[in-house]
Amino acid sequence: MTAPAPVRPVLGRLRERVTTLAGMVVTPLVPADYVDLIDPLRSTNGLRGRVVEVRPETRDAVTLVIRPGRGWNTHVPGQYVRIGVDVDGVRQWRTYSLTSKVPHPDRCIAITVKAIPGGTVSEHLVRRARPGLVVQLDQATGDFVLPATRPAKVLFVTAGSGITPVMGMLRNAVHELEDVVVVHTSPVPAEVVFGGELRALAADGRIRLVERHSRLEGRLDVDALTAVVPDLAERETWACGPTGLLDDLEARWAGLGIADRLHVERFRPATLVTGDGGTATFSRSGVVVESDGATPLLESGEAAGVLMPSGCRMGICFGCVVPLRSGAVRDLRDGAVTTANEGDGVLVQTCVSAAAGACDIEL
Amino acid sequence: MTALQKKAHNPIGHLSAEDVEQLGRELDAIREQIIASRGERDAAYIRKVIDVQRKLELSSRAILLFSLFPPAWLIGTAGLSISKILENMEIGHNVMHGQWDWMRDPKIHSTQWEWDNASPSDMWKHSHNQIHHTFTNVLGRDNDLGYGIMRVDEDQRWSAFYLGQPLWNFLNACFFEYGIAAYDLEIGKYLKGRKDKPTFKRQAKQVLAKIKRQATRDYVVHPLLSGPSFLHTVAANATANLVRNLWTHSVIMCGHFPDGVETFEKTSIEGETRGEWYLRQMLGAANITGSPAMHMMTGNLSFQIEHHLYPDLPSNRYKEISPKIQEMFERYGLTYVTGPLPKQLASAWKTVIRLSLPNDFMAKAQDAVVSTIVPGKQATSAPERVAA
Repeated sequence: MTAPAPVRPVLGRLRERVTTLAGMVVTPLVPADYVDLIDPLRSTNGLRGRVVEVRPETRDAVTLVIRPGRGWNTHVPGQYVRIGVDVDGVRQWRTYSLTSKVPHPDRCIAITVKAIPGGTVSEHLVRRARPGLVVQLDQATGDFVLPATRPAKVLFVTAGSGITPVMGMLRNAVHELEDVVVVHTSPVPAEVVFGGELRALAADGRIRLVERHSRLEGRLDVDALTAVVPDLAERETWACGPTGLLDDLEARWAGLGIADRLHVERFRPATLVTGDGGTATFSRSGVVVESDGATPLLESGEAAGVLMPSGCRMGICFGCVVPLRSGAVRDLRDGAVTTANEGDGVLVQTCVSAAAGACDIEL
Repeated sequence: MTALQKKAHNPIGHLSAEDVEQLGRELDAIREQIIASRGERDAAYIRKVIDVQRKLELSSRAILLFSLFPPAWLIGTAGLSISKILENMEIGHNVMHGQWDWMRDPKIHSTQWEWDNASPSDMWKHSHNQIHHTFTNVLGRDNDLGYGIMRVDEDQRWSAFYLGQPLWNFLNACFFEYGIAAYDLEIGKYLKGRKDKPTFKRQAKQVLAKIKRQATRDYVVHPLLSGPSFLHTVAANATANLVRNLWTHSVIMCGHFPDGVETFEKTSIEGETRGEWYLRQMLGAANITGSPAMHMMTGNLSFQIEHHLYPDLPSNRYKEISPKIQEMFERYGLTYVTGPLPKQLASAWKTVIRLSLPNDFMAKAQDAVVSTIVPGKQATSAPERVAA
């Protein structure tokens, strides 16, 4: 045993005592509540980040460079992060793909946001985000990433803002990839997010870029993709974009018998099946609402002021999972009905579950 | 006060059922307007109040580390008193009402908030939000009518216990936070055997644990940190708690006990409509007039009427809608009970003192002098058993 070894436990115990004392000083609050007053990024009340730069990408898209606060781990390129922003006084959480380099020289991360017409959060971030804005953060997550052993041949099929996770991968790993084809669809050339950067990579011979412009040439015909990328069956493929495109790709890849070589990232829930709705009871909050068969329980609960845990809002992150005490809910994606009797506490995802009759949620 | 249903002149006798429903629709419309316009401005408001209160508390407590010096004691104690009042009234009370739940900020949410008060937030929310705000001023249902230790309405039966109520009320004012804790714990109900023992024991443990934490902070930890100023800091904390207790008790007395506030018979709320519920809230509360600082220090409970109509809407909006509400009172021929704090407080205290004696005691006493003395029927009866 070396001499300095016992120092750590002693320091640890001291730290523990100081924390306990600080807790006694500020009860019923916690010390972090006071740290919040001075520097929200250092607080342990939750992970936050501060926007340090807002870079316009296109007319409708910006890149936000964010310095994460205390507690941020790191991310793998291709992953996404949940961001909480107050819009009109209401905290809204959304997920965005990370597009920054790892490690970033300034310990910052970046997301790129495209304004969706009528989109509460995207419009707010694109039009109103300024350096200094503090946002809520969560750790990066997601398995839409390149394997540690880089595949020899890669194909990326993207559309619209689906380019963002792929850009995160390209920026970090393009020098480790031998043969990359990017098939990217956007409405018109001027609206290609990262258009300049992609074209520069292509000009350098780092990637082969196939640009499609849906407003001029129509939607990408997946069956005709072989004509553009003849060796696609040999390629490990990552795809991100609208549901229709991803469904087509999955069907095509399955047809070719290479479904295992396709990795998709969905930004929207798949097909919606509406049910009958019913009375939703949030028993711990004492809130009872009528929830129709098309509205996720997450939204009904939030609208009634229940503090609903939430995440991706598309059924993938399981951040919204809560026990269904009793009753029935229908999965909006496939129409499957889940039922529970008193005491079962079946866990359901509120963001993709609607009331299918009376239901009692433990919240 | 006397139950409205027993009054010779019914103050709502001139309203038809349709009038009452129309009134309900108008009040619903005002509610919709507020909800539709809730936003960034309101969120910024509550965050600012919380920020100011915490900084005030922090600096006051820092100054009190040197409370041995009289100016430090005075400034620190004044600051701490104001901070405690803000924390209990404009912040705690209103956050726990769910007035800010719409922000979806877990740190400013009714389910998460804990306040600087002896009563744990969960228990307070039950007795206040659920019981008092639902059954406002309904005799036998709303325990806030005298808190179970006083008689504030002619229709609450007199017993000799109430002779002491001016004293009970004064003591309750001095130790109000403990009074609230005992009240939320429903000690009276437990002693009468109408509250199950395990629940009571569990809750009592919870209350004692909270009191211990609070008292350790105010009377041990901060005094110890003050070193040679130990005793002075103890006194400063005790004073701040006393000031907060007296102030909050006074404000709350002005909310339901002054003259002109109506009470309701237990059976009168059977099958109550939305309009009738609103009407009961309008008649069952009283406001306090005053400056913006006054409204802030009462947690906007100086707009008690508006608060009772919309207990879950942001407190900063009560002042804004008050003219509209007053106009409605006028149009519907109702009395909007309000007045400056000294007047309302005196009126509430007068009621407490007057009702410590049996109804019309003075008149009866005079009669007794001229006629033979007959023991009053009410004087021998037991205190009314209040149904849950």
